[in-house]
Amino acid sequence: MSDQHFLRVEGLTKHYGTNAVVKGVSFDFSKGEFISLLGPSGCGKTTILRMIAGFETPSSGTIQVDGEDITALRPNQRRLGMVFQAYALFPNLTVGDNIGFGLKVAGLGREQRRARVEEMLKLIGLPGFEKRFPYEMSGGQQQRVALARAIAPRPRLLLLDEPLSALDAKIRVSLREEIRAIQRELGITTVFVTHDQEEALSISDRIVVMNAGNIEQLGTPHDIYNRPSTRFAATFVGHLNTLPAASFGPDRAIRPELISLTQRPDTDTTLSGIVSDIGFMGSVLRLKVDVADVRLSIDTFNANSTPPQRGDAVTLHLASRDVLALGA
Amino acid sequence: MKPRKFWPWLVFTLGAAYFLVPLIATFEFSLKMRRGYYSFDSYGSVFSDPAFQATFAYSALIGVFAIVVGIVVVVPAVYFVRLRLPHLRPLMEFITLLPLIIPAIVLVYGYIRLYNSSSIVPFTGSALGTDILLICGYVTLAMPYMYRAVDTGMRAIDVKTLTEAAQIMGADTLRIITSIILPNILVAVLSGAFLTFAIVIGEFTIASLLNRPAFGPYLQNIGANRAYEPSALAIISFIITWGAMGMIQLLARFAPRSAPVTD
Repeated sequence: MSDQHFLRVEGLTKHYGTNAVVKGVSFDFSKGEFISLLGPSGCGKTTILRMIAGFETPSSGTIQVDGEDITALRPNQRRLGMVFQAYALFPNLTVGDNIGFGLKVAGLGREQRRARVEEMLKLIGLPGFEKRFPYEMSGGQQQRVALARAIAPRPRLLLLDEPLSALDAKIRVSLREEIRAIQRELGITTVFVTHDQEEALSISDRIVVMNAGNIEQLGTPHDIYNRPSTRFAATFVGHLNTLPAASFGPDRAIRPELISLTQRPDTDTTLSGIVSDIGFMGSVLRLKVDVADVRLSIDTFNANSTPPQRGDAVTLHLASRDVLALGA
Repeated sequence: MKPRKFWPWLVFTLGAAYFLVPLIATFEFSLKMRRGYYSFDSYGSVFSDPAFQATFAYSALIGVFAIVVGIVVVVPAVYFVRLRLPHLRPLMEFITLLPLIIPAIVLVYGYIRLYNSSSIVPFTGSALGTDILLICGYVTLAMPYMYRAVDTGMRAIDVKTLTEAAQIMGADTLRIITSIILPNILVAVLSGAFLTFAIVIGEFTIASLLNRPAFGPYLQNIGANRAYEPSALAIISFIITWGAMGMIQLLARFAPRSAPVTD
């Protein structure tokens, strides 16, 4: 039972005065899942994470981990691990003492701590860094140490509060892959808060798309991208073209990569337009094509042939089953 | 010297002279105990005076206790106000400034009225009780400096996130304050401690009215009865104060570097 409903949140709300930040959120995740809470700033995702951690008290609702109701427990009784956006390493302690802090609090002996710290440093690819101080390390290294510190005491749940936002683009991608690999290796249930949809899509088992304190959609990255259930989920995750209402009806849209310049076996609809702009992005060509009264964005893979020029008339092919109907 | 810098230098020289001339004159006078030529006789006379040693040792000990009590009172107070009651900060600022506004003599009269030997808490009834009262008085006098030093130290670290990071790993409040917060503001706390020490060593009013054998009343007593020793003592007091300030400067170099290196 506990593997199925490992993290269970029911009817969670949070008000600050009359301002409702989280409006009755429920979800249920299995052990070992990597879950992302995705949404724009102010959507309540961070507040939910902080309520799971125990830093905020829910106005109503319950939080259960592994069958135990932790709603009323203090943060230091919950046995969770957390990584913060600003690293939050203890500046007065060495890397080894930072990672060993939770173990020391738990009352582990010096030798056990040393062994676990060494194991953790190996896991994050920084062996031999025990004696360094946080200020002697780069941001990416500090955040890996923060990750090691969070998982060293074997927490029941790992909470990641936008841990990649303070890092530059290249390190962000490599560290997120590293986080995912470590999470898979340890099988630790993880809740990841982000406003970056690409990050959420690439790393998660399931995503909770949030807006204004409510869950818009909960599903796998594939589901959310290809079958968004609300207008917000469709527009917040990925790019979207609104199709001309004259030929498709109102509120019809399609992803840029599902429109082709050539016929495909599954395409059944054509549109003609004029190329108005071309963006070369390396592996992908991003064309802007004016069709009737709308401008469509089209992504095609770069091929070693001459691309269309500005002002060229082109025929666009698309499959009607790829057209999304945007609801409310 | 470039001509352009004439006026700044002139102002600096005048300012420096304003402070240094009396000091040099005092120093010069303190060397004149032996008629006709300079000697350190007055200093020898001061250092060999058993009352000097006794009062100085007494004030130093009281100073150490005042520092310890001050840290125990101020550090948790500043920590909790920053963390949980930030709207009380203006009130804290105001209250900690009061000792600068209310004269020490008012404070000590209040103490004597409240804690005299016929009151419910007769602190002044015994030497130990009076010492405790003296320490409390000094903690109050040093409060504006101690509070500001600690507050500045805590502003430099992210108290909230560090606290949360420690909490989620199971640490309780006592451990967070002693093993995370205090070590990270140690330099600030020590600068507050040296300021406290400098205040306690020279303080006269409270010690005198509580009739304790402190260094301040001793200085006053010598000043009223001797010629050369007071100048020597003034110079010694300056050196002690400067020493304390110098220690603050020295310690500032060991401040924890918390700024993360960016990629």
